[in-house]
Amino acid sequence: MRKVTLEINGKKVEKEVQDNTLLSTFLRDYLNLTGTHIGCDTSQCGACVVHVNGNSLKSCTALAADIDGSKVTTIEGLATNGKMHPMQEAFKKLHGLQCGFCTPGMVMSAVDLLQKNKKPSDTEIRDWLEGNICRCTGYQNIVAAVKEAATKM
Amino acid sequence: MASLVGSRVERKEDKRFLTGKGRYTSDINLANQTYAIFVRSPHARAQIKKLDISKAQKSSGVVSILTGSEIAEDKIGGLIAGWAIRSEDGTEMKCPANPPLAKDIVNFVGDPVAVVIAESLEEAKVAAEKVSVDYKVLKAVTSTADAMDGDTIHEGIDKNLCFDWLLGDRQKVKEAFEKADKVISIDIINNRLIPNAMEPRACLADYNSASEEITLYTTSQNPHLSRLIMSAFGNVSPEHKLRVVAPDVGGGFGSKINVYNEDIVCSWAAKKINRAIKWVAERSESFLTDIHGRDHVTHAELAVTNDGKFLGFKNETIANLGAYARVFGTVTPTYLFGPCATGVYEIPAAYSNVKAVFTNTAPVDAYRGAGRPEATYTIERLVEKASMELGIDKTELRMKNFPTAFPFKQTLVHTVDSGDYVAGMEKAKQMADYNGYEARRKDSESRGKLRGIGVSSYFEACGIAPSAAVMSLGCGVGLWESAEVRFNPTGQVTVYTGSHSHGQSHQTTFAQIAADELGVPIENIDIVHGDTDKGTFGMGTYGSRSLTVGGIAIVNACKKIVEKGKRVTAKMLEASPEDVEFKDGEFIVAKSNKKKTIGEIAFACYLPGVRDEMKSPLPEGEEPGLKETAFFDPSNFSFPAGTHIAEVEIDPETGEVKLEKYTACDDFGRIINPMIVEGQVHGGLAQGIGQALYENAEYDETGQLMTGSYMDYTMPRADNFPEFNIGYTCTHATTNPLGVKGCGEAGAIAAPPTVMNAVIDALGGQEITMPATAEKVWKACKNLKKSNSKAA
Amino acid sequence: MKDFNYHSAKDSKEASKLSSSNSAFLAGGMTTIPSMKLGLASYKDLIDIKNIKKLSGIKVSGKSVTIGATTKHVEVANSKEVKKAIPSLANLAEGIGDPQVRNRGTIGGSVANNDPSADYPSACIALNATIHTNDRKIEASKFFKGMFETALKKGELIEAIEFQIPEKSSYQKHPNPASRYAVVGVYVAKHKKDINVAVTGAKPCVYNDRDLSKALSNSFSSSSIQNMELDSSEMNSDIHASAEYRASLVVTQAKKAVDAC
Repeated sequence: MRKVTLEINGKKVEKEVQDNTLLSTFLRDYLNLTGTHIGCDTSQCGACVVHVNGNSLKSCTALAADIDGSKVTTIEGLATNGKMHPMQEAFKKLHGLQCGFCTPGMVMSAVDLLQKNKKPSDTEIRDWLEGNICRCTGYQNIVAAVKEAATKM
Repeated sequence: MASLVGSRVERKEDKRFLTGKGRYTSDINLANQTYAIFVRSPHARAQIKKLDISKAQKSSGVVSILTGSEIAEDKIGGLIAGWAIRSEDGTEMKCPANPPLAKDIVNFVGDPVAVVIAESLEEAKVAAEKVSVDYKVLKAVTSTADAMDGDTIHEGIDKNLCFDWLLGDRQKVKEAFEKADKVISIDIINNRLIPNAMEPRACLADYNSASEEITLYTTSQNPHLSRLIMSAFGNVSPEHKLRVVAPDVGGGFGSKINVYNEDIVCSWAAKKINRAIKWVAERSESFLTDIHGRDHVTHAELAVTNDGKFLGFKNETIANLGAYARVFGTVTPTYLFGPCATGVYEIPAAYSNVKAVFTNTAPVDAYRGAGRPEATYTIERLVEKASMELGIDKTELRMKNFPTAFPFKQTLVHTVDSGDYVAGMEKAKQMADYNGYEARRKDSESRGKLRGIGVSSYFEACGIAPSAAVMSLGCGVGLWESAEVRFNPTGQVTVYTGSHSHGQSHQTTFAQIAADELGVPIENIDIVHGDTDKGTFGMGTYGSRSLTVGGIAIVNACKKIVEKGKRVTAKMLEASPEDVEFKDGEFIVAKSNKKKTIGEIAFACYLPGVRDEMKSPLPEGEEPGLKETAFFDPSNFSFPAGTHIAEVEIDPETGEVKLEKYTACDDFGRIINPMIVEGQVHGGLAQGIGQALYENAEYDETGQLMTGSYMDYTMPRADNFPEFNIGYTCTHATTNPLGVKGCGEAGAIAAPPTVMNAVIDALGGQEITMPATAEKVWKACKNLKKSNSKAA
Repeated sequence: MKDFNYHSAKDSKEASKLSSSNSAFLAGGMTTIPSMKLGLASYKDLIDIKNIKKLSGIKVSGKSVTIGATTKHVEVANSKEVKKAIPSLANLAEGIGDPQVRNRGTIGGSVANNDPSADYPSACIALNATIHTNDRKIEASKFFKGMFETALKKGELIEAIEFQIPEKSSYQKHPNPASRYAVVGVYVAKHKKDINVAVTGAKPCVYNDRDLSKALSNSFSSSSIQNMELDSSEMNSDIHASAEYRASLVVTQAKKAVDAC
């Protein structure tokens, strides 16, 4: 067991965790932040993507212990004062989600893209989303939503 | 008030999903819950000689370990096939028992033999590893084509044959083939797929020892049906003491229709240990134990005249059921397949013969499209081959055999109420710039690439119902749907539907329908589904039936509300009910300015009196309250149809196939929300294209799944697809008051033959099997090069 | 995931001291953590080396590019210096995994793991790399020993990898459509004195294809290897690609690489 101190969605969190606790488990089971989803066990589906110190990562493939001291943003922390982030708004407007399971990871990944590339092309968006699998949408409206969000961010 | 039906209303469900507030089964935790891990067979076929739990029981945190013996002692029933199929010779199908925990014999890798329940997940995992099972490994049967020649898997089921089914008339087909100028024949494999809803299956069972009630939260597409099966066949609990809740469900595609072993075992065990039990599948478990889809081996023939008229069709198919027959396992390769065998064409003689076999693989059941993709693939590959062999343009040949009038009575089963296949074809050709193809082909050629174009015209029978029809064909239940429309006294509306949304957007589309019917703002309408304690018994969501069956039940319940409203208005405004009209939420007495809003009527119905006066707004005999229930059982299936066109470009050096263009022109009848229908089409296409180019579930000869993770099973990603070009034609269905047809499965049905026809066109007509992987295509390119150089 | 003790080492010395026959170094964890989750690997101790400052960073000299072991793929992909000195190396990094893997995965982890279908080992071979450990310097040609096997001894830690700057180079990958790892990846590098054609994915371990490099030494053009047929007898064969197909892909990707040089 060890103590970790993290800033999660702007709030300082101190918890005792086991050395083998994954960040995804920490978020879901210790903090009840169940918006971060687990869709696979080989680090490929991307449903668990969160931001750590501003960069997207798969929370199922990081230890809570080894990101001690970091700033974490999850899907629950993306809206500000109850107003959805432009990426969330764009997904809603353009039907970029259906069952909603991959959505949190997809949105977090897409936000990271726009932090790094303000006006991505269709191809750049599709390439970037390689680490996020969606079974419902065929990706078309996700790509459209990311483009829409790019005009608003 | 503007009609909401037909408009792009943004989804009511989105905010919770987008802000992390969705509530999926694995998100739910109960106080004092335990965790279950299933011990599963590592062998495809083996006898259980000894199962020793003594070491595991001593492991830290273990609460209970249960096995097939306890299941048998408690007379817990097994998993069942929901549809009884009769063979051509009149005998009933043969199905093995499928206990929730195997006791004596295991039949596929992943078949559960025990459940370990512990205080924590980690402890359950550690203990599960200590369960010792002594197996006598037997030779597995894994090949679909050879299953009938393998060892008998299930005692008493000769040749591993569940049934040998026939639809159609062999004699008439024989006569038709004798008259043919040419017979086009084809051998095809419809590859096995794994549905892969992104949310892995999960369940959480709770037991209240005082009320003797089990509550099961589970990832189901049809909670009432699950409850019925678990009560009537599973013997888990009487129906009224079992509540099944399917909260937010992260995709289903058919894989969550079934009641699974884990649902039954956790519910039963929760009662036994008097504690809540949570189980969440890891993706590796999902790969092994979720139902799989497709897996047909088919020989088919089409009899044609030289000028391209189709005279007869036949197919001989072996369908793999996997180890056991599950809920839709037996109907998928029969009544969901055979009746669609002749596609969109007038073919005067036809038969479809299906031999369904058991193998030592995961059960095969309904996956998006279920039977209809297999049928469409067969006929559309045949027609494309016919166009090549006859030298007739692929679109002309199709149009030549389209029906000229509707209703269109097909040779086999269906009478298609409406459609305009020629219009769909013409529009698709225009959208795809079919006539400009040759220039694009030449451009590809100039860059050393091969280009191909493929067409497929599909129709499907969906919106599965009508009860009398399906029950006559062996279905164990009727496939109607229910709805309950409940006004609150202050005028908002809650609609309870027996359908279930796991991505289909019912909260929005159903609210659009109710808003239009009732004239109530959509913000004031909530759709409730997924909880057997809340709504009326319902049949759930599969087979593109939610709107065409469940949506109509809502319309009908709303109409009953309006009828009652008219009667109450008439009483309140001293008019005759026949003179009251309803429009945009107002009851108006004809030729007067007297009216009541529907909100006022709801208020009056719940508060039927006034102070100081003995006066009721309700007509004599009218019950207070404003709530109506409707059950809808349609007179027929719905029949969406359309034409899709794909273009691919192949790099002959590597065999890589790039899907360059994809055009879909569909007829879904009236469209409630175009935005949502587009989403359904995109998603269906992605799965269909996935089948054609990427996805394949592969077992080795010992029955080990070779494609058991995303490292080996190719899930399509964003960079695999071009932007789809989507369009519609519209002929209203005549069998329901909204004129709607199903749209959820069309993409998955039409895309595989469309894409494969394009690939095979690029390869000069060489047959290859799905998925058209780079290596297969590379080999075909080498052959092409050889034959071209010989020709030169 | 089975329990283990997590340690964060301050320097290489401490990392080495903490290591045992039942430990692993943890950098990005992109392979270690999934393997442990699936029960394919388990350790008593995981020694995190990410906080060892010295191990991260990129240095470019006239002849070589030296990349610290814990430098992330995204840092290599975006490095202006790498892009200028060895653009193909930045391209290779840009093509590893997905953005989340690149944000986390490290060059040292990839090289130490020596996955038969990983990208970086081919760069090491093609670019005559020297692997700097806390103990010694190892030439790439002597480093990769076999499938998941390297010259590293227990407790030996990669500190940096030094790549020789070539005259021209290119890396071309044919990815596995499911995992996106290389079915075959070919890294062609033309140095002043030699030409390397490093191949990953085709055999159990990365290798330098002498037949292709010899043909290219005679004439550095794709036409000189156009019709070569490689011996496929030692090549990998699995559900994704047969040995014969891999042999063909090696030539195809090599041609693409030469054309892209």
